[in-house]
Amino acid sequence: MPTLTALIEHYNYVVTIFLMMAGLYIVVARGNMIKKLVGLSIFQTSVYLLYIEPGKIVGSTAPIIDPAFTVYSNPLPHVLILTAIVVGVATLALGLALVVRINEAYGTIEEDEIFDKDREA
Amino acid sequence: MNAVWPHLPALQVVIPLLGALLAALLRSGRLAFLLALAVSWIMPLIAGAMLWQVLSSGPISYHLGGWEPPWGIEYRVDLLSAFVLVLLSTVGAVIMPFAGRSVAFEVEEGRQAWFYCMYLICLTGLLGITITGDAFNAFVFLEISSLSTYVLIALGRDRRALLSAFQYLIMGTIGATFYVVGVGLLYLLTGSLNMVDIAARLGPTWTSDARAVVAALAFVTVGVSLKLALFPLHVWLPNAYAYAPSWVTAFLSATATKVAIYLLIRYFFSIFGVAIDLHALPMTEIIVALSLAAMFVASLIAVFETNLKRMLAFSSVAQIGYITLGIGLANQAGMTGGLVHVVNHALMKAALFLAVGGIFYRARSVLIDDLAGIGRKMPLTMAAFTIAGFGLVGTPGTVGFISKWYLAVGAFDKGWWILVVLIVASSLIALVYIGRVAEVAWLREPSPQLAQASDPPPSMLVPLIVLAAATVYFGIDTTWTAGIAGSAVSVLLGALR
Repeated sequence: MPTLTALIEHYNYVVTIFLMMAGLYIVVARGNMIKKLVGLSIFQTSVYLLYIEPGKIVGSTAPIIDPAFTVYSNPLPHVLILTAIVVGVATLALGLALVVRINEAYGTIEEDEIFDKDREA
Repeated sequence: MNAVWPHLPALQVVIPLLGALLAALLRSGRLAFLLALAVSWIMPLIAGAMLWQVLSSGPISYHLGGWEPPWGIEYRVDLLSAFVLVLLSTVGAVIMPFAGRSVAFEVEEGRQAWFYCMYLICLTGLLGITITGDAFNAFVFLEISSLSTYVLIALGRDRRALLSAFQYLIMGTIGATFYVVGVGLLYLLTGSLNMVDIAARLGPTWTSDARAVVAALAFVTVGVSLKLALFPLHVWLPNAYAYAPSWVTAFLSATATKVAIYLLIRYFFSIFGVAIDLHALPMTEIIVALSLAAMFVASLIAVFETNLKRMLAFSSVAQIGYITLGIGLANQAGMTGGLVHVVNHALMKAALFLAVGGIFYRARSVLIDDLAGIGRKMPLTMAAFTIAGFGLVGTPGTVGFISKWYLAVGAFDKGWWILVVLIVASSLIALVYIGRVAEVAWLREPSPQLAQASDPPPSMLVPLIVLAAATVYFGIDTTWTAGIAGSAVSVLLGALR
């Protein structure tokens, strides 16, 4: 049972890895480009959790110096992830813009239909 | 000058970034081109000055905003990064004049200023990855260069350009996310993001069964390998190269994958290799096997490809195999071969793709069947193409021979003589696909549709000829390529645990 206890103790990582795999699976398994982007977004978001979770120390407070507190959360992961969120938003926006253009050019956003159209042309 | 000198590392990244902003504000394609040209020509001066500084007085450490590392972001220029910076900026400067007419021909009028804006952002990102000493900062620059690359590819006229840009976006983002997961694991292990500091802190905690370290190594390797198109993670590359505007293909093939290779070398030899004993893991076997697969499978696909641009794209995947082969061998001669092939392949592929851009400018087609007899109509262009093509094969007297010679010596030093045979055999496949184009171009009667074709104007021809001449020059005088690569490699290997 030690594995099970370890899993329960680290349930936050289990959730993170589940989201990560779910996102990656959607990207691979779905042919619809919007769904692919949704999967990609879930995949990226799971990484935010991976960074932020260990930044929290049990019993800690926000990292603002105050004589009443001695234990603070690590602020660096939050700062890093703020940057990563910006990158994620930019990627999603560009991806969606490309999907709009693809829809204009091909009249569909299903990958297999697009491949068929290219083969005919 | 004295005021500028200490800030060269920051200027290397800041100038193209500001240039991108200006290019977007200019709105006129012609003005944006002139701006991009000016920025591209300043870059090699800065990179060259830093290389000179590194050669004379050792690595440069630049503290951004005056914050001491490991707390602040450090820009770190050592021999390897200076070498790659000089390569990136010089290739960018040489091929830039070609862009003027080529982009005006291939990209819609209203989008040309945005094109140069995206190019400058991409250049910023690529230079940034090479110069930074901070693992997370490298991720940010990786995404800056990637996002702008997707846009540059999507600017191609063919609708398949949009599709390949989208596919590259999916693959590239997965790669970058894998990389950032690896960096996250390293941060959890060490509490630091500074590359030198990570290596120093990782060392003492390491035991051969430290799974987190191996997981971090695996994530970074897979993530960066997606970016550098290591077989079998190369599927995004052929279409992206084939449907992007010609000049973009030349630029990307010479720089984008090369920077990813730099990042891989940095992680293998300056972080993981310093901290842990990589020989405890089957790294060499895995990388050599994948490299060999790339060299043979991608070359064979190239032989049967009918689109010249796609053929050269598959050839790129194969040539990246040679580079990673050198990294996998991880001995002095092998690594030197890999690193010098980074430069040599950049020169050859830039020349080949520029020649293809010139052909498209005049003949309006890049299908090999349409190009019968084009050598007689565009003799200088095709002569440059043929010289660079024979460089790919590894003919003595060209740069390709130098790379393959070092790789073969590296394989021999390791006692893997069969590898020497395979390197020669794969070069023969390159001879087949380059020979096929040469035969069509030179030995057939010109087809009627090429009646009007002639060599492109000087602004396109000169960069092409300079690159073709460089593939011969650096095939004879290797002081600046193999010489510096060799010293960079001995520094890297000397630091290994």
